[in-house]
Amino acid sequence: MASRTAGHLNGAEPVLTAHAVRRAFGPTVVLAGVDLTIARGEVVALLGGSGSGKSTLLRILAGLDGEASGTSVVHGTAAVVFQEHRLLPWKRVAENVGLGLSGADGPGRIRRALAEVGLAERDRAWPAELSGGQAQRVAVARALVREPDLLLLDEPFGALDALTRLRMQILLRRLRAEHGFAALLVTHDVEEALLLADRILLLDDGRIAAELPVDLGPTRTPDDPAFGALRRHLLDRLGVPTT
Amino acid sequence: MSRTTLVEAPEEVAAAAPVVRRRQRPARRWWRVVSPVVLILGWELAARTGLLATEKLPAPSDVLATGWRLSRDGTLGVHLLDSLTRAGAGLLIGGLLALVLGTVAGLLRLGDDLVDPPVQMARMLPHLGLVPLLIIWVGIGESLKISLVALGAFFPIYFNTYAGIRDIDERLVEAARTCGLGQAARLRHVVLPGALPSLFLGLRLAIGAAWLSLVVGEQVNAQTGIGFLMMEAREFSQTDVVVLGLLVYALLGLISDLALRVLERRMLTWRRGLRAT
Repeated sequence: MASRTAGHLNGAEPVLTAHAVRRAFGPTVVLAGVDLTIARGEVVALLGGSGSGKSTLLRILAGLDGEASGTSVVHGTAAVVFQEHRLLPWKRVAENVGLGLSGADGPGRIRRALAEVGLAERDRAWPAELSGGQAQRVAVARALVREPDLLLLDEPFGALDALTRLRMQILLRRLRAEHGFAALLVTHDVEEALLLADRILLLDDGRIAAELPVDLGPTRTPDDPAFGALRRHLLDRLGVPTT
Repeated sequence: MSRTTLVEAPEEVAAAAPVVRRRQRPARRWWRVVSPVVLILGWELAARTGLLATEKLPAPSDVLATGWRLSRDGTLGVHLLDSLTRAGAGLLIGGLLALVLGTVAGLLRLGDDLVDPPVQMARMLPHLGLVPLLIIWVGIGESLKISLVALGAFFPIYFNTYAGIRDIDERLVEAARTCGLGQAARLRHVVLPGALPSLFLGLRLAIGAAWLSLVVGEQVNAQTGIGFLMMEAREFSQTDVVVLGLLVYALLGLISDLALRVLERRMLTWRRGLRAT
């Protein structure tokens, strides 16, 4: 079933292919063979309850887990945004964004990336001087500056307050429209998945239990009746009673 | 509503408005000078009136006068330089060794298994109690003093290097990896700056231990140094020089600590922002 998770958008060469990904912690099997393909420019949301293994899967795809089996190949470059901003506290904002950056015009690229997340004038600040939302925006800039083909997002807005989260979702939509990167968004927030993704995968019991294309158009709002229907359907699949 | 709480609970005002608290602080700080000044004045008075026998404890003004005399004829400078050289050499040797071993034990699992157990065992020995053994090993010359200082400085730097490396947030290392940083770059950008606060703490403790070791070491057959000055003065019952030696030791500790604090503030600017939030 999971092998059907091929790219839907343009059918072009995929940006990520993972096959038979398995991971066990001792006797506990967290991922029992996951297949996953993401097309270029496609945003895929990975939904699942806590402990369903969605963050584990993302870490494997990001190459941060050496003990998983199966294959996972990123065709191009990938960048990661974690749930916590993970900025180095001893480096100023601009240095954090430019961490490990090579190539010409580093300062210019850093400046542009910070401007894109609306923090152009905070480049000299220390991470500790930023609010939670600002720090997370810097983390997004740190990923963007690498011009990734694939953005791996591990509950990137999960630690933010509701209003900031909404603003970050709008920001991410705008950035995606401008840069056209593909993304894998790990989240437990059904609305977030519906707002941002082209396709939703449900992870349950270590497998991709369901796949759902989201055909809501580019300007989607939760007020849309179709949005509500999809939301109810997903919550139902996740075992949350909606009435 | 908030206004009524402001009136009723002044402590909360101070907590909510750091400006108010900061204004109070200098006045408070002056209070802390009162008791030392009273003590010193009392000491001076007791010595002047003969309540304290001058051969037991001379007046502070006499100690200062002796200090002035000895620094003018160059004696104090010569001995101070020798003491500083010993402390510096010992700190350098012990500190570098501790830095290398602490880094190896902190970074590598094999290093941890091989290096840490013997160091933990050696830590249990009071290093000042090693003086008799050290005399047998290296004699009573300069090497004894320097070995003692090196031993004293080794442990605080070793343990704080080790702990500083171990305490680095693994998630930051991971984030650096996703930014494409290789092993060497991760060491430079994540591990070293992350361990730096701990290294500073180790260095401060090590300097304290170095002075202490020096005091003990210089009482064993020294021909120069502040400790020698004090031992020699004891034989001639020059209590003022003995007290002066103590004062110099105290000042050395104070000055080195202050210098390190300034350096720390310079190099760890990022922590100021951390404290403010």
